Amino acid sequence: MKFERYGMGIVKGLALTLKHLFRAPITVQYPDEKLNISNRTRGNELAWSPERCTGCGTCTKACLQGNIILVTHRGEENKFIVDKFEVDTGRCIFCGLCVESCPYDALAMGVNYECAKYRRRDAVLSKEQLTVSAENKPSAYYRPKFAAALPKQSLLLYNRTEGGQKLKFFPLSKRKRGSGA
Amino acid sequence: MTLLDQFQLFLKSAGWPDWAVYVTPALVAILLIIGAVLTIVIVFIWWERRLISRFQIRLGPNRCGPEGLFQPIATAIKILLKEDIVPEKADKLIHFIAPITVFVPILLIFGVVPVDKGAILADLNVGIIYVIAISSISVIGIFMAAWASGNKYSFISGVRSIAQMVSYEIPVVLSIVGIALVTGSFSMLKIVEAQTIPFILLQPLGFLIFFLGSLAEMNRSPFDLLEADSEIVAGYHIEYSGMKFAMFYLGEYGVALAYAGVITTLFLSGWQGPFLPGIIWFLIKVMMVFSVIVWIRSTLPRFRVDQLMSFAWKAMLPMAVINLVLIAIEVLVIPASLQWVMMILNFGFAAVLILLWSKLFTLGGGRVEV
Repeated sequence: MKFERYGMGIVKGLALTLKHLFRAPITVQYPDEKLNISNRTRGNELAWSPERCTGCGTCTKACLQGNIILVTHRGEENKFIVDKFEVDTGRCIFCGLCVESCPYDALAMGVNYECAKYRRRDAVLSKEQLTVSAENKPSAYYRPKFAAALPKQSLLLYNRTEGGQKLKFFPLSKRKRGSGA
Repeated sequence: MTLLDQFQLFLKSAGWPDWAVYVTPALVAILLIIGAVLTIVIVFIWWERRLISRFQIRLGPNRCGPEGLFQPIATAIKILLKEDIVPEKADKLIHFIAPITVFVPILLIFGVVPVDKGAILADLNVGIIYVIAISSISVIGIFMAAWASGNKYSFISGVRSIAQMVSYEIPVVLSIVGIALVTGSFSMLKIVEAQTIPFILLQPLGFLIFFLGSLAEMNRSPFDLLEADSEIVAGYHIEYSGMKFAMFYLGEYGVALAYAGVITTLFLSGWQGPFLPGIIWFLIKVMMVFSVIVWIRSTLPRFRVDQLMSFAWKAMLPMAVINLVLIAIEVLVIPASLQWVMMILNFGFAAVLILLWSKLFTLGGGRVEV
């Protein structure tokens, strides 16, 4: 005697939704809490290290958009000194070809992703903005050795940065948000 | 002696003129009802959005005010500020009257719902019949809105609403008769006072039929065919915007509140309960009923049109008739002091009837579905 045929299916469905009532919600309260991103993300903005760069211009040749402006002059011992290194992120398609083409590991993709600007001219990044710093970390995309400097790779969804709104609505769901699979 | 009568006597003893003694309590009551209904509807909208999002493992609105409590107010302001658009092909007058026709009868229902001992506006001796009669009027409003819009989707919705309401009214009334048989009265106050055992325990099948029927009457899921978003966009209020749409929106939650109150009165022993004052018990029970409605909305998918009709006529109507006959026999045979015997018998009958009828709605056994 299968009870699914006697209205038990409806009771099963109701029990399932009731179970969901006591699960922690999976909503990410974005500006307050953020998900971890992948170490190998092709994030916004390039990370450029001036000490490694020889000014060879391979990246400008590799760029499909013709997007990278590199101006150099000859310094001591016939070496190039970079005067101007500009990338228009408004036109960049984040293909990563400039990073893959760089023979001296001077260029890497960034890990930032909140790069909305109010002016178009703000999207053109100068040498100073592109330089590797605490804010502008290089991503491990095509540069595996940079992965050590980044936080350990984890499941993207279940590790959130601290902060965000505390859940007070149902005391039963006070356990750690996102801990249930 | 209701509170309203006492208020009148108080005014008379204070030396007010006769007409003022008659008019003032009525005006106060009208203001009270409109204020209370609008407040509770706003709370209901917030509660439904929070609760249904928790059923779907979401958070729901939590930004505007504490726990998102002001979100319905923001929604209301947004709706009220919108332009009021009337279609060119619409029947302008009826298009204008329809939202009022939907909303006013819902307010009228609250006149006979007792929220506490003696706290009832009009203790009619035909209270529950009045509820049934009044709540049928808003169907006409929905059909007026549907037809006057001059839109094919709203017209389909109007036709569906008439079919649905007429079908589901019959089992609802029949299950109420079962209560009237036990109570011996149609008065809402007497029905509450007769419930030493809540009627949900005494007549479980009657409660199920009334609950499902009133879900259909208030157009809630799974009976929300007349505003089925996936088929007919928004149904009867597709051509409405601004204040008129707000009236429909209010009406939708107002009727949920009204029917939650009626279910509380008829089956959950109204204001009665230990320790707390009656009005608190009433509100708790109303919120419980509404939460169950939201629970059902978050779980069950919408009926198909033919399933809707066959469920009313093939399942609910025969079950309601059998339930009525059984209760009539029980009232004749079993003395009033032995209500627990009736309770056990009715639970048995409900189980047997539900098993028998669910057999009719299965895919297996060589039967075609519905």
